[in-house]
Amino acid sequence: MSTRAPTDLPRLVDVGLIPALNLLTALVISGLVIWVLGEDPFEAMSLMVSGAFGYGEAISYTLYYTTNFIFTGLAVSFAYRCGLFNIGGEGQAVLGGIGILIAALLFKDLPGLLLIPLCIIFGAALGALWAAIPAWLLAKRGSHIVITTIMFNFIAAAFLSYLLVGPLRRAGAQSTESEDIVSAAQLMPLHDVFAFLGMAEGPANMAFVIALLLCLFYGVFMNRTKWGYELRVVGQNPAAARFGGISANRGIMIAMILSGAMAGLMGLNEVLGVQHRLVTNFTSGFGFVGIAVAFMGRHNPIGIILAALLFGALYQGGAEMAFEMPAITRDLVVMIQGLVILFAGALEHMYRPALNRIFANPKKIEAAR
Amino acid sequence: MSDLFFTLLLLCDSALRLAAPLVLAALAGLYAERSGVVDIGLEGKMLGAAFAAAATAAVTGSPWLALLAGIMTSIGLALVHGFVAISQRGEQIVSGMAINIAVAGLAPTLANAWFHLNGQTPILEDGARFTSINLPFANALSDVPVLGPIYAEVISGHNLLTYLAVALVPLGAWGLFKTRFGLRLRAVGENPGAVDAAGISVHRLRYIAMTIAGILCGIAGTALSIGLSAGFVRDMTAGKGYLALAAVIFGRWYPVPTFLACLLFAFADALQGQLQGTPLPFVGEVPVQFIMMLPYIVTVVVLAGFVGKIDAPKASGIPFTRDR
Amino acid sequence: MYAIEALSISKRFGAVQANRDVTLQVAKGTIHGLVGENGAGKSTLMNMLYGFHAPDHGTIKVDGKEVSFKGPVEAIRKGLGMVHQHFMLVDTFTVIENIVLGFESDRRMAPTLASARDKLLKIEETYGLAVDLDALVADLPVGTLQRVEILKALYRGAETLILDEPTGVLTPQETAALFEVIKTLRGEGKTVLLITHKLGEIMGITDNVSVMRAGTITKTFKTSLTNENELAEEMVGRTIIREVNKELTEAHRRILRVDNLYAEDDTGKTRLNGVSFDVHGGEILGIAGVSGNGQSELLEIITGMRAPSGGSVIYTDLKVAKKNRAADAEKLRGNGMGHVAEDRHRFGMVGPMTAAENTILGYQGRESFYQGIFLDPGKVRAHCQSLMDDFDVRPPTPDLPLKNFSGGNQQKLVMAREMAQEPDLLIVGQPTRGVDIGAIAFIHSRLVEMRNKGRAILMVSSELEEIMTLSDRIIVLCDGRITGTGRPEDLTETDIGLMMAGRYEKEAS
Repeated sequence: MSTRAPTDLPRLVDVGLIPALNLLTALVISGLVIWVLGEDPFEAMSLMVSGAFGYGEAISYTLYYTTNFIFTGLAVSFAYRCGLFNIGGEGQAVLGGIGILIAALLFKDLPGLLLIPLCIIFGAALGALWAAIPAWLLAKRGSHIVITTIMFNFIAAAFLSYLLVGPLRRAGAQSTESEDIVSAAQLMPLHDVFAFLGMAEGPANMAFVIALLLCLFYGVFMNRTKWGYELRVVGQNPAAARFGGISANRGIMIAMILSGAMAGLMGLNEVLGVQHRLVTNFTSGFGFVGIAVAFMGRHNPIGIILAALLFGALYQGGAEMAFEMPAITRDLVVMIQGLVILFAGALEHMYRPALNRIFANPKKIEAAR
Repeated sequence: MSDLFFTLLLLCDSALRLAAPLVLAALAGLYAERSGVVDIGLEGKMLGAAFAAAATAAVTGSPWLALLAGIMTSIGLALVHGFVAISQRGEQIVSGMAINIAVAGLAPTLANAWFHLNGQTPILEDGARFTSINLPFANALSDVPVLGPIYAEVISGHNLLTYLAVALVPLGAWGLFKTRFGLRLRAVGENPGAVDAAGISVHRLRYIAMTIAGILCGIAGTALSIGLSAGFVRDMTAGKGYLALAAVIFGRWYPVPTFLACLLFAFADALQGQLQGTPLPFVGEVPVQFIMMLPYIVTVVVLAGFVGKIDAPKASGIPFTRDR
Repeated sequence: MYAIEALSISKRFGAVQANRDVTLQVAKGTIHGLVGENGAGKSTLMNMLYGFHAPDHGTIKVDGKEVSFKGPVEAIRKGLGMVHQHFMLVDTFTVIENIVLGFESDRRMAPTLASARDKLLKIEETYGLAVDLDALVADLPVGTLQRVEILKALYRGAETLILDEPTGVLTPQETAALFEVIKTLRGEGKTVLLITHKLGEIMGITDNVSVMRAGTITKTFKTSLTNENELAEEMVGRTIIREVNKELTEAHRRILRVDNLYAEDDTGKTRLNGVSFDVHGGEILGIAGVSGNGQSELLEIITGMRAPSGGSVIYTDLKVAKKNRAADAEKLRGNGMGHVAEDRHRFGMVGPMTAAENTILGYQGRESFYQGIFLDPGKVRAHCQSLMDDFDVRPPTPDLPLKNFSGGNQQKLVMAREMAQEPDLLIVGQPTRGVDIGAIAFIHSRLVEMRNKGRAILMVSSELEEIMTLSDRIIVLCDGRITGTGRPEDLTETDIGLMMAGRYEKEAS
């Protein structure tokens, strides 16, 4: 007699109004913090919106961040549909970035058409590997995957900083960063690809298109393939999987490998698309935001794209706001992200009972009995 | 006395010091999980408390007010998580991560707004901190062979919160296994239906457990910022909340084994500090980043070392509904 | 004088009217039965009497005084005790810890346990309820757990005990022992309200019986003035035919051979101790026994969900499972073995998935559901629709999550899924658990129809009546061993009961 079966509400309320209310709640609390800091919350919000969408370059920046969030959101969803929490998106993205860079340096004499696919394979493979180890530990030893993936984040971060002060460090560099990749490995900026649309210059690049294609892959894989079906059964009811001849351990491995590959490919956007080299902290928390993107997007491909766009706008708009308002730093954006994760992810059903009362459709419930 | 013995003593001394916040956070996690709430937000609670304590100490100069501020902040965050996990039956992992991230952003924001030190709090003077206490006769006894140096170097010379952390381990065990409250708390983590049928409020018990977790994390964060250090620094918890949770699993949800697991992790941490820049036999000097990985690798190895799921409280992480 | 009275109470949950104008009066010092189908509203009524829910309308009286409970504790204080169908016990606690939980006499455990021990030993003596107070609940058999629950209620001062389906997991002998305890309780002046769907028990022990149907009490009888048939008709509101049409089938080939099978459960406890039998086409082999005596492991091994620790399973001449090697569940289905799981909710279905998606569980590799390499939702939905039509599943909407269907409709869909493949062998666990009477008759007739067509059926059921009506041969399992075999016409319920307790062996050809 649960009062919160999602089917009881009109679809528009379920996928539109509820996320909007959750987001609004997070923003109201953020506004209060901004007010406490001595700034005008309404001005801050308008700065954020104009900073995210107000001019051509801003939009490009928003799309650039969106790209990262699609990758990490997909990573969280691939695992979650199989009943797993992959909190290790950060570490997997780090490893993916390393793989991409290594491929770009190793095969730098190849033409772009070969080089970029090789980078994709290396990035996906290393990201997948970094997720596969905790998955294997879970399948074989029952190790708590939330904790092991978090530990792998710390290990990956230390490893990256070792590489960037050691073997991969650019000779004579001031900061810790690698050598530049050759231009053949660079992903084309969107403003070049879509010049005919009059797109403004900015960091958004073809990785965005790759991310969209991966959303399509995700949707097809989950709903239209045997593996996707099996993985969902494992996620919803592992005992039923055993009943149906589905190996839960295989499901766990597949889900985490795909999840890690998605996170690993985030490096395409950063390494091949924008930085053109490997820098420390290039993941800067994008992996964690993937949790919010996945939950807010209801683990649905279109939903993930929209949620990623929202967080992209928040990130870019927040940067603009921090730049314009002296009392506000980029840390505040991190806090806003946390609040959005809280209200859109963990408290996603908070308004449901009230909305159920408003939109209740008794006939539909009756029919279901 | 050989050098090795003395080095070992110093290692144990710093392990015990580093263990204090870990032990407190682990006890918090243990009480939460025993009541059926999974709390990955230990990290955020500690960080929030660390900031609140450091900021209060900086403004008032009183470590006791700082402790109070740390505890209150942490309780507040614990109740938010409780609201999600208990009343709203939301995703507990997501809630914990959300709190961790929000605090990681909010604490430096407030630090910056109030102290203008790029996200830190001012460096505290000794009077505003919990400083080390020399136990009686530490100096006098240090000449006694073996036991003397152990007493003087390892046991003596810690701050009050470290001693509190150690004292809370037997107290926590006593509360859990020898009192009415402990009986009910363990029952609610195993079979909330049975507790409900006995007419005890499942929600109330779980909220109390979360409050206890809040208090313990508050002390942990305070120990971190005004005990171990002299102020708040961005991300100063550095994964200790997660390590604490791993210690709970390794300790199979029992206080004393959990305490020992914390000591193990803290020892790895102390060793990591000691080994930086020291050449090792056979391998030579290991890059510092690899040594920094040590506590995390130890954690993974420990978690992989045995099958850990079986002993977990059965209702842990599962929201309670009266399904009838 | 009534111990407890519900006077025209009603309760609504959302769109569902669970109780409507219910009046129940239980006289002090009597054993009162309450019967009704699944979903008739018995649980709701009990939950209101026990203070879990407040009624929307009407009053509840205890000892003639009106009460309004805010929670179970108030009900307990007024002398009510309840033994739930699913025991409310903490596995990791000892018996005495479970009993004092919530009713501790001191903040510290030591004095609480000391005083409780004295009191409990006295109660044990008075009612003949011997239980080891320091045993860990996880180590105790169900029959004993039942006594723990009764002891718990008495410790808390119960004058009236409500027992909810207390015999579902007991052997006939354990049931008899329980009834002795209940009679002793009555002898000591206590009142017992017994909820059950087994009419034989009602006739055997109660003083009065009330029948519940569609959310209300339709009639109350003096037990000595009624009979089983009258009660059954009152329960369903119409005359029901309880016969199955079994045709004579010839001897068919052997389809399944289970050879000297050994198995351990997940905790390493031995569950099967050298079990051997054959199943042939054209017969229903019924496996009787109290749940937890190896049936689950047996079914799981035959269907490829678990590896045996010794022995083998031979299915149509192929050795599919042997020591430490499980059969491949998906492959078995491909080779014509259907499996209706014992525990539908745990194994047989994925509640949050749609009905359509559930109809391919176990058959997810079948080419007919695919378009190239892609699963075709249209084909899956059409398949589901045809199953729903064939088995009269309601509502016939493939896109609704399966958890939103009633138990009977879920079971029909699950049954349809496995029978649609026209299997050579159907493995069925608890075919009618949690299913209403109308659906029971339907499911039984489909099983017999399949048997008549010459196919083999292996059925595990804890309902003795079901075993007796449907089976051609019966095997009784106790403690992982076959403790008896025979044909239903050669065995009485008492024989089977003794076999279930492992105390009797009767070999019939």
